[in-house]
Amino acid sequence: MRKTYKLYIGGKFPRSESGRSYEVVDSRGRFLANAAQGSRKDARDAVVAARGAFGGWAGATAYNRGQVLYRVAEVMEGRRDQFVAEVRASEGVTERRAETIVSEAIDRWVWYAGWTDKLAQILGGLNPVAGPYFDISAPEPTGVVAVLAPQGSSLLGLVSVLAPVVCSGNTAVVLTSERRPLPAVTLSEALATSDVPGGVINLITGRTAEVAPWLASHRDVNAIDLTGAADAEGVSWGDLELAAAENLKRVLRPAGEGSDAVEPDWSRTPDLARVTAFLETKTVWHPKGR
Amino acid sequence: MATFEYAPAPESRAVVDIKPSYGLFINGEFTDSQGGSAFKSINPSSEEVLAEITSASDADVDRAVAAARRAYNGAWGRMSGADRGKYLFRIARILQERAREFAVLESLDNGKPIKESRDVDVPLAAAHFFYHAGWADKLDYAGLGTNPRPHGVVGQVIPWNFPILMLAWKIAPALATGNTVVLKPAETTPLTALLFAEVVQQADLPPGVVNIITGAGATGQAIVDHPDIDKLAFTGSTGVGKMIARSIAGTRKKATLELGGKAANIVFDDAPLDQAVEGIVNGIFFNQGHVCCAGSRLLVQESIADEVEKRLKRRLQTLRVGDPLDKNTDVGAINSKAQLDRIVELTAAGEAEGAERWDNGCELPSKGFWFRPTVFTGVSQGHRIAQEEIFGPVLSVLTFRTPHEAVAKANNTPYGLSAGIWTEKGSRILWMADQLRAGVVWANTFNKFDPTSPFGGYKESGYGREGGRHGLAAYVTTGDSK
Repeated sequence: MRKTYKLYIGGKFPRSESGRSYEVVDSRGRFLANAAQGSRKDARDAVVAARGAFGGWAGATAYNRGQVLYRVAEVMEGRRDQFVAEVRASEGVTERRAETIVSEAIDRWVWYAGWTDKLAQILGGLNPVAGPYFDISAPEPTGVVAVLAPQGSSLLGLVSVLAPVVCSGNTAVVLTSERRPLPAVTLSEALATSDVPGGVINLITGRTAEVAPWLASHRDVNAIDLTGAADAEGVSWGDLELAAAENLKRVLRPAGEGSDAVEPDWSRTPDLARVTAFLETKTVWHPKGR
Repeated sequence: MATFEYAPAPESRAVVDIKPSYGLFINGEFTDSQGGSAFKSINPSSEEVLAEITSASDADVDRAVAAARRAYNGAWGRMSGADRGKYLFRIARILQERAREFAVLESLDNGKPIKESRDVDVPLAAAHFFYHAGWADKLDYAGLGTNPRPHGVVGQVIPWNFPILMLAWKIAPALATGNTVVLKPAETTPLTALLFAEVVQQADLPPGVVNIITGAGATGQAIVDHPDIDKLAFTGSTGVGKMIARSIAGTRKKATLELGGKAANIVFDDAPLDQAVEGIVNGIFFNQGHVCCAGSRLLVQESIADEVEKRLKRRLQTLRVGDPLDKNTDVGAINSKAQLDRIVELTAAGEAEGAERWDNGCELPSKGFWFRPTVFTGVSQGHRIAQEEIFGPVLSVLTFRTPHEAVAKANNTPYGLSAGIWTEKGSRILWMADQLRAGVVWANTFNKFDPTSPFGGYKESGYGREGGRHGLAAYVTTGDSK
């Protein structure tokens, strides 16, 4: 049975308010599905949802966030066959390769889930100031992060950019791979049936070039990951970074040299750079005395 | 009751030798500009001309960047971290040896009281070099990632409020991590940076490692736009910070931006009031309020608002405003005519919008740029004086009833640099500190700085941190080399 693919905003599955959809085809050009074609208004709704969810998610204990995110990996595992089929169709890889990619994606999610309650210890610390003060620095999430998911790697790449954003307590508005959105839609179904609070992760399918500029210029978005600008049709990452300067968004540039953007090799073990890109450091001073 | 008058206690200027004119410091020596013009740096407390300063041309910026690149590809790039560290230790020591000279010159050029330049700016500047010197051969232990290495040539543009201290904040971590620098001090306060060039010479730093070029906005823009700059570090206004972010969009230049603030200093009814009043005064009148993290919005719990206001006004009447070189002076001169005009404009807007204005009525010198310590009460959140950075000795007082309301009001600006909390209740301090969207939170203290302690903002107060392990991160790249 063919199904209807929708957006994932605020924990719900709306169609695009624009009423539009677009054809998704497999690697050989055969029709796969009609995906919702998200609009500017959908992006704004998603930002509202992400902002609403930020306080609760950032304020949850790191232990709790870790468990919630680990649960996503468990639910992904339960949908393994569906992910394998969709990655295979979307990326044109063999069954065996698709199996490996899905395993790596689940492992990656678990890897980031395990970071939630370690970041503060690794990245924070007591500052030995020259005076009678208790002075401590700790990382904090920067807020609502817009993410351009990689165009090529539809599941492993998506997980590799999304999990580092939310594990530290940020909330996310993700523009999924334009031509390969189906694994992202299935991920949203995994998210909806896990314990991730509505609004923490919002996924919008559609045209990257159409929606990304609205997220880049949105005054209530605190940061943007431009990784997916590589290979996105009609997108200049420099223009998006320019728009992001409007409210001094934190920008994670795409990999590459000069103005070129390339998609990273997602099979490599990640480091913490994608997490730290969306963290602030808060330093608290207090006098010591009797 | 009879009051005792303070006898004047002026610090001698004799310790400083100011040249009539200064060139640019490029490749280890002072050189004349190629096609640049000249401007004057004046003493803001007397309007006396101190020296003629060079406005660097684009060609000068080119020369400075080329010198920095040569040093990076040459002696400095090849040097071991241990040897780099020795140079930084040496610089710290020379700053300490010449501390009085730097303090007097800073007060002359900037207008800040000698007791602050002497006891805060210069000792902290030396401490920054000392702290970072020790990192130079220990970067592998900083936890920044694998294979930490410098970016290359760093362009640095610093403001006029803490000239020598901001120079130290910028140059020390850049050199510790192996970068070379082109630094531009603010056009109204270039003299201590030019004196620092002599320190660089005395420390025998290889030519080109530190280049100091003077000028105004156009020179700064030329540094930002220069294609051979790998990283930018800027401290200044949010407006200019946004221009820089736009300038480097789509390039691979890195940047850290330390921008404006509109800090809330939050006083609860159980706070130790005398200490809190001292903290409020220090928060906004330190350095004439020319402090990006100044506690410019006092949020006081409604039940003690009258009492705090009364004590605050009484305390402000004891503030001594006047000659920056007098050791008894608490509040010095406003740094420039332009800055004074901006303060006057914003305070006029405060009155026009209905807030109640009070100042301490002190006598002001007849020459120079001065502004009395001023307090606005009855301020509401929509007022310009509650939203815009004034950067002067002007405090806006707002009230709140509950901790939640205090948090909501404190966070209600586009800025997020700093905040203060005054209460005896430890659990409330920790809860408030969690809720405040600010990079630095001072609890039962204010305006404390230390080289080991990261400083920097959330939101439109900029990105990146300076100081501590976190500050180093901005000056290295990590991971596999290409």
